Amino acid sequence: MRGFISERAQRIPPSGIRKFFDLLLTMEEVISLGVGEPDFSTPWGVSEAGIYAIEQGHTSYTSNKGLLTLRELVSRNLKRRYKLQYDPHEEIIITSGVSEAVDIALRAVVDPMDEVLVAEPSYVAYSPCVTLAGGVPVPVRCMQADGFRLKADMLMEQITPRTKALMINFPNNPSGAVMRRQDLKEIADVIIDHDLLVISDEVYSELNYSGDHTSIASLDGMKERTITLNGFSKAYSMTGWRVGYLCAPAEICGAALKIHQYVMLCAPIMGQIAAIEALKNGEEDKNRMVREYRMRRNLFIAGLNRIGLSCHMPEGAFYAFPSVESTGLDDVLFAERLLAEKHVAVVPGSVFGEAGRDHIRCAYAVSREDLKEALERMEAFISA
Amino acid sequence: MDETDRSILELLVENARITDTDMATMLGIPEGEIRSRIDRLQKEKVIRKFTAVVDWERVGDGGVSAIIDLKVAPERDFGYDRVAERISRFRQVKSLRLVSGVYDLQLHVTGKTMKEVARFVAEQIAPIQNIRETATHIIMKTYKENGIPFHEREMAERLPITM
Ligand SMILES: Cc1ncc(COP(=O)(O)O)c(C=O)c1O
Repeated sequence: MRGFISERAQRIPPSGIRKFFDLLLTMEEVISLGVGEPDFSTPWGVSEAGIYAIEQGHTSYTSNKGLLTLRELVSRNLKRRYKLQYDPHEEIIITSGVSEAVDIALRAVVDPMDEVLVAEPSYVAYSPCVTLAGGVPVPVRCMQADGFRLKADMLMEQITPRTKALMINFPNNPSGAVMRRQDLKEIADVIIDHDLLVISDEVYSELNYSGDHTSIASLDGMKERTITLNGFSKAYSMTGWRVGYLCAPAEICGAALKIHQYVMLCAPIMGQIAAIEALKNGEEDKNRMVREYRMRRNLFIAGLNRIGLSCHMPEGAFYAFPSVESTGLDDVLFAERLLAEKHVAVVPGSVFGEAGRDHIRCAYAVSREDLKEALERMEAFISA
Repeated sequence: MDETDRSILELLVENARITDTDMATMLGIPEGEIRSRIDRLQKEKVIRKFTAVVDWERVGDGGVSAIIDLKVAPERDFGYDRVAERISRFRQVKSLRLVSGVYDLQLHVTGKTMKEVARFVAEQIAPIQNIRETATHIIMKTYKENGIPFHEREMAERLPITM
């Protein structure tokens, strides 16, 4: 029999931590700092809206673009929060999470062999999605010395005549880095100079502990060359509802919609209805969760630095990204041994690209008690 | 009363035994400041007391609690205050509030037995001047107290690692 697996699928590397994951499942009393999702359940009013939707028989498809009410609320919210102007009729698609939005955005713009720059360390889905879209992912390093922010000179080094787009994610998974307006302006200048497009995954935009989030599309001359992705998973603890959105100028949005309509049809209606409730009445719940994350961050980062794992202060998301260099172990070995010996799970930084090497990602979306217990175990591990 | 005071209060309400050190780290202010703020909040009687939330059903000594609604004729010049003051002096009365609606005062009363509670209401509360009507609601089950659910909820499992 011939091999049926496509070259494209073969080119996607298997998950680097499969073994690690299998080991974890066999262990008891594990504290996992490896979970990239909130530990809060969805605010109950939002869940109620979803339950009620089902009770009322709202179990059908919606229009491909998503419920108009939701698109209108998204549009208003983006304007209020980030000064973005997106027309709910022509420039917004409700997607099955940001995950789908990443895929359709890339497929809408990437031609075979187009290069897509991916700011690393980065969320693990981007490069494989670029590959699946037929493009070539090209890492751009964000340096620890720059607080893992993307710098214009690093970006320029990787630009070639084949470069089409830049994929960024701030607040960042895994580093927690946030780009201020000035940082983004410097990037925007390069983007405009080289006539590139930006795909900006802003799924952690509400989890920003140093001030207001800036969307790159809100900068002068950037809206027409930006695809803004965002969603409900992190801000409202709604990972399982599968609702996100893609915003782009009408032409790009139209191209993405064609793909969305054939591969997804629409995002789940219960999720969309719950998301409407989140935007209408979820603000206070969201703020509470953000306050709690900020306090946990302060607790955890202070703890890491105290036990000798130096860590810059992450300004957003819910990840700490300390260096493990001082221990003399590389990140993979550190993570494997920490799990085996102390039953604390963290994710080796190299999973997020070369730029993450010698770091570990610790998600602090766990209770304060667990954070303190994890710190104690890590301290014991380091001093042993 | 600023944002930091509010944060301190929320943390204490959630867990009165949280350490000053943790609070200082979490809020990013010196430990001494946490202490001085709590002292001030106590002096200002914003913080009335540090106490525990107990699930008495689990103590299992058969104690009884009841919510009592009272209709009260307000007094000239004093309104409900004098009657309320008298009622609040009873050891059995754990909380007392003036409320809107059909009834005026609402009490939370505890006792060893149903009979004891009933007698307390009939013999001590009802006869007080200006009290027009009482309604006693024995508490059968507590689902949530001070923001804390009392029944076990199954924790939703998250995958141990997601990227
Ligand atoms: C940077 C980033 N983008 C997208 C996602 C996926 O989000 P969604 O649940 O909206 O698909 C995640 C989830 O971890 C993420 O960290």
